[in-house]
Amino acid sequence: MNFDDTPQEAAFRETARAWVAANAPKDLEAELASSSLGRIRLKHADIVEVGKAWQKKKAEGGWACLHWPREYGGRGATPIERVIWQQEEGVYGKLTQPFQIGEGMCGPTVMAYGSEAHKRRYLPKLASGEEIWCQLFSEPAGGSDVAGLRTRAEQRGDDWIINGQKIWTSGAHYSDYGLLITRTDPNVPKHKGLTMFFLDMKSPGVEVRPIKQANGMQEFNEVYFTDVVIPDSQRLGAVGDGWNVSLTTLMNERMSIGARLATGFPEIFEFCTNLMTDNGLAIDDRATRSKLASWAVKASGLKYTSYRAISALSKGERPGPENSIGKLVAGVMLQDIATYAMDLEGAAGVLTGADEQVTQGQFQQMLLTSPSMRIAGGTDEILRNIIAERVLGLPGDIRVDKDVPFNKVPTRGRS
Amino acid sequence: MNFDFSDDQKQLRDQARKFLAEKCPPKAVRVVLDGQAPYDRALWKGFAEMGFLGVAIPEEYGGAGAGHLELCVIAEEVGRALAPVPFSSTVYLAAEVLMLAGSDAQKQAWLPKIASGEAIGTFALFEGTGNPSPKAIRLDAANGVLNGVKTPVADGAIADLIIVAARTASTGRDSDISLFLVDAKAGGVDAKALTNLDPTRGQAELTFKTCKAEPLGAPGEGWSIITQVLDRAAVLTAFEQVGGSDRALEMGRDYALDRIAFGRPIGSFQAVKHMLADMYVSATLARSNAYYGAWALSTNAPELPEAAASSRISATQAYQHCAKNNIQVHGGMGFTWEFDCHMYYRRANALALGLGSLSYWEDQLIDRMRKRNAA
Repeated sequence: MNFDDTPQEAAFRETARAWVAANAPKDLEAELASSSLGRIRLKHADIVEVGKAWQKKKAEGGWACLHWPREYGGRGATPIERVIWQQEEGVYGKLTQPFQIGEGMCGPTVMAYGSEAHKRRYLPKLASGEEIWCQLFSEPAGGSDVAGLRTRAEQRGDDWIINGQKIWTSGAHYSDYGLLITRTDPNVPKHKGLTMFFLDMKSPGVEVRPIKQANGMQEFNEVYFTDVVIPDSQRLGAVGDGWNVSLTTLMNERMSIGARLATGFPEIFEFCTNLMTDNGLAIDDRATRSKLASWAVKASGLKYTSYRAISALSKGERPGPENSIGKLVAGVMLQDIATYAMDLEGAAGVLTGADEQVTQGQFQQMLLTSPSMRIAGGTDEILRNIIAERVLGLPGDIRVDKDVPFNKVPTRGRS
Repeated sequence: MNFDFSDDQKQLRDQARKFLAEKCPPKAVRVVLDGQAPYDRALWKGFAEMGFLGVAIPEEYGGAGAGHLELCVIAEEVGRALAPVPFSSTVYLAAEVLMLAGSDAQKQAWLPKIASGEAIGTFALFEGTGNPSPKAIRLDAANGVLNGVKTPVADGAIADLIIVAARTASTGRDSDISLFLVDAKAGGVDAKALTNLDPTRGQAELTFKTCKAEPLGAPGEGWSIITQVLDRAAVLTAFEQVGGSDRALEMGRDYALDRIAFGRPIGSFQAVKHMLADMYVSATLARSNAYYGAWALSTNAPELPEAAASSRISATQAYQHCAKNNIQVHGGMGFTWEFDCHMYYRRANALALGLGSLSYWEDQLIDRMRKRNAA
């Protein structure tokens, strides 16, 4: 048992480290290091612009999507090499945020279901950040129940005509292409009538509207489709097989979103170490110590769980199901930690931003953003279902709409 | 990175699991639970024959000289099977103290007997209510003669070798504490068995009356040795707790698959599924923390104190969580004596206290993290 690289891994790490040292935008290092939660905002630069420059440089150096085959813009790297690269890329990895959906979800789906021509045309530009992709799955009527989606695609000659609405689309406003799941047959049960496409986001009839979120920010969009035309050649998988195609995408979603998880623990530990209360330092208080200790072992438990997965990759094995716990643990932790930090501040904990004097509103921001961490990329409840069913082997839910034609499924709980 | 047990170590774990499945089924545990024997003598003999007792003891002292990673995988199986033998007192505590601080003569005298199963050992630390602290040790050791009472002492009524924490000065410093070695058969110590939460592992009150004792380790070094030994035992116990957590989770899962209510397996209800998923999360965090502890223990890393506290807290939380929710999944049947759920519940809550309770280890962890951050 050890934490050491194999000689090959050490050599690879050395190469990666030297390249990052020679090429990374060091002027952004401190700012990137201090932002730990949610979307990255840079004071004097646009994240998409800076991100594109970094991604292009990486592509030229052979470090973009490095686990992809060379002919599609990658490096043909092994899974463990990808992990080592992520470790060495460090804080600069945050610059790749605009590309993560494309890299983690859209790319693998095109790779699995696209034609050879598609792969050669789209994947290298996706990898190099020249073209950005978004994922158009969630709808107002279908979040956790993705298969309940209603956006229609109707065939007209060699084209498909799209009408409907998507929601929670990150980066739709700066994306060039989108991966779109639609309903092509409402007369069959819901999982059977779906079909996957990709489309040019600048197609006529596509309208992107930002969503103002509960935390006051705007990071996601609604996307409306009015008679949008998609050629049949941009279909991924068979007509009616969209559900299976989407499983490829979503499987990759949970892998990629779990990669860099903020828990809030380093922040609360530092906060309690320095916060003077009427009874002395917060960290000397019994109740506070108990909470800190519980969070500490969750944070270390997640860290060493990921080390176990990395060890499996290093041996050329598939990681076990342990990694599925990450987001479930981290999301609740963020919310609890934020609440506790503000409790320690007392009445002044109500203040936000620069008006909050201890940490300039760090925990208040965490409080307002943390609900999304428990929803995006699979709600806590869906993640528990996945653990229960796929890891523990418990039965799936009884699905009352399973054998019912989609257009006969009730649409409201109370009428 | 190779943050995992080796194939040989995993093989040893499988071997231990098979052995325990055969020799230590729940009905064997119940013989001790029901008070028909103080511990399972045949199983203890089997442990010696399998080499489990001396796996981490050097060959020159009669052991296998394998190491602590090997001991960790055995501990996991001991915990999973609820083995009713004095394994933790003898191996994690008495043998560890001897290996850390014993003279060569003391090691020669006792370690081979531990490895062969001839001697049961224990560590007499506590004196009534409270957590480990030099202040709490009052048992007097003037001129190497012990006078005082230790309680509770795990496996105290069946121990041949007793390591005793005693007071040799009263300056208010840690150096007031020294360790002593007592041969229980030599007289001067009376044992009284006590009733306890988990009857599959006995507890006793030991009364020392002008009891002759040998010093163990340098005088005044007692507290320093105690903290090191508690850290080592915390990691090893964490593996017992991880084994128990996994078994409690499996029992809950199996019952949820078999039990039908409202016309469907109860494992198809989300309320039950989510409870089991949360148990899996706790058990996984505990296992990963315990692996970190195992790494620190086996390499004698400077991180050991922090890793030990993390292992201890995470494993204690996970086992308590899994054991209580296993009963909940079983419903009324889980509250019967006949079902095994309560044996895990008892063991989980007894192990949570034995080396100092959760609040003690939380304090230790935070102190140790602060020290590292300040450095």
